[in-house]
Amino acid sequence: MKFKGILPTAIAIASGALVLLGYFIRTPFLNMIRIELLQWAVILAAFAILVGIGNLLLVHSSKVRRQQKGSFYSVLLILAMLVTLAVGFLPLPLRTDGLSVLFNAIQLPIEASLMALLAVTLTYAGIRLLRRRLNLLSIIFLATVMLILLGSAPLPFIGEILKINGVPLLSGILRPWIAQVLAPGGARGILIGVALGTLTTGLRILFGSDRPYGGNQP
Amino acid sequence: MNFWLGIAGLGVVLLASAVMGAFVILRRRKPATFREIPAVERLRKAVSRVVEDGSRLHISLGRAPLYTPQSGSALAGLTVLRRLADLTSAGDQPPIATSGDASLAIVSQDMLQSGSQATARGRYDPTAGRLTGLTPFSYAAGALPAMRDENVSADVLIGNFGVEVALLTDAAQRKDTFSLAGSDNLAAQAVLYASAQEPLIGEEVYATGAYIGAGRLHQASLLTQDILRWLLILGILVGTLLKLAGIL
Repeated sequence: MKFKGILPTAIAIASGALVLLGYFIRTPFLNMIRIELLQWAVILAAFAILVGIGNLLLVHSSKVRRQQKGSFYSVLLILAMLVTLAVGFLPLPLRTDGLSVLFNAIQLPIEASLMALLAVTLTYAGIRLLRRRLNLLSIIFLATVMLILLGSAPLPFIGEILKINGVPLLSGILRPWIAQVLAPGGARGILIGVALGTLTTGLRILFGSDRPYGGNQP
Repeated sequence: MNFWLGIAGLGVVLLASAVMGAFVILRRRKPATFREIPAVERLRKAVSRVVEDGSRLHISLGRAPLYTPQSGSALAGLTVLRRLADLTSAGDQPPIATSGDASLAIVSQDMLQSGSQATARGRYDPTAGRLTGLTPFSYAAGALPAMRDENVSADVLIGNFGVEVALLTDAAQRKDTFSLAGSDNLAAQAVLYASAQEPLIGEEVYATGAYIGAGRLHQASLLTQDILRWLLILGILVGTLLKLAGIL
């Protein structure tokens, strides 16, 4: 391995080991190093946003230049980016008002409509699941979804007449049992697996086997 | 954090390191065999198809910043990105990587650049590693055109996603392209089970590297996970029995 490759690897391993030690052993010295290194990471991440925005601009400007499919939307994106940037440079209170208008009139409605679209997409995916993967697990998955939905739904009209909040057996016994006993048990099992996976992934990086910080892999 | 709790945590890390190191040495001659994950088998076929028909592979890494605890799955995704970039090096077009965090986008560019240097193609396309948006939905909306318009025939989504990942898997489904997806987020896992063609559940996300030949340490880490899992199961059972007996 060349020196060019050794140096970042050594720095990354040393930084990772110090942060890890500082997390487990809280001596003032290790704690200070840990906090300092994490603050550097946060500052670097803030600069990374600038680089990322530059990359976004590069991707879309090259799309416009090559007149690729959907380049009209790239023009819109670049214009929106420039307008938002210009508003960000306005003096106060124009800046706050302008950014708040941009957020409330454009960003928020678009994200809300995507959320609504997601509800439809998920319903459709649920229906398609049995056609695509017909097995016992899929049937249990969909049956659980239906039980939880029915158990959470109020009973309009009938509920008011009978003075009950939901479908009797479902909302009172079955839904809480699934949501508070079965689901957390399964979720904890999955989370233990995820935690072990995260631990070994971190160790591979500490060993210098996986190097997401540049250079060729060993 | 309590001093003894810290020492116990450090002990687990050291134990995992020792077990991993031991497996690397012990399994040097005889590689480990693992249970079959059908999703990864189909990924191999999809990668071969990408090379054969000259189409592209799209890898999405989620939106977890690298300095947060959620970055574990993104790091697993980066390993997959690097390995798949190598595997598709004989193809006409380099893979595209999309992400919803700037630091992740920069690292993915670095991975793709390293991958392209190792290939005969040698030329790196700086637009191949992209930041598509900084909020969950803008990230998903930004990744959709890449999936739709750039001759992509296989989508690999590995990282920290939320429920917005359903928009991506739905787009893959509509285009009838292969989609393999996994996340460390529980809500996303439930969504992916229903919407992805090949979902990865739980620790399968972290196992992908070992299955696609990312190196001996990946195989050793998988064996280490199994041993730690059995130790945890044993600990839970012993704890339950001691509690039942009234000792704890």
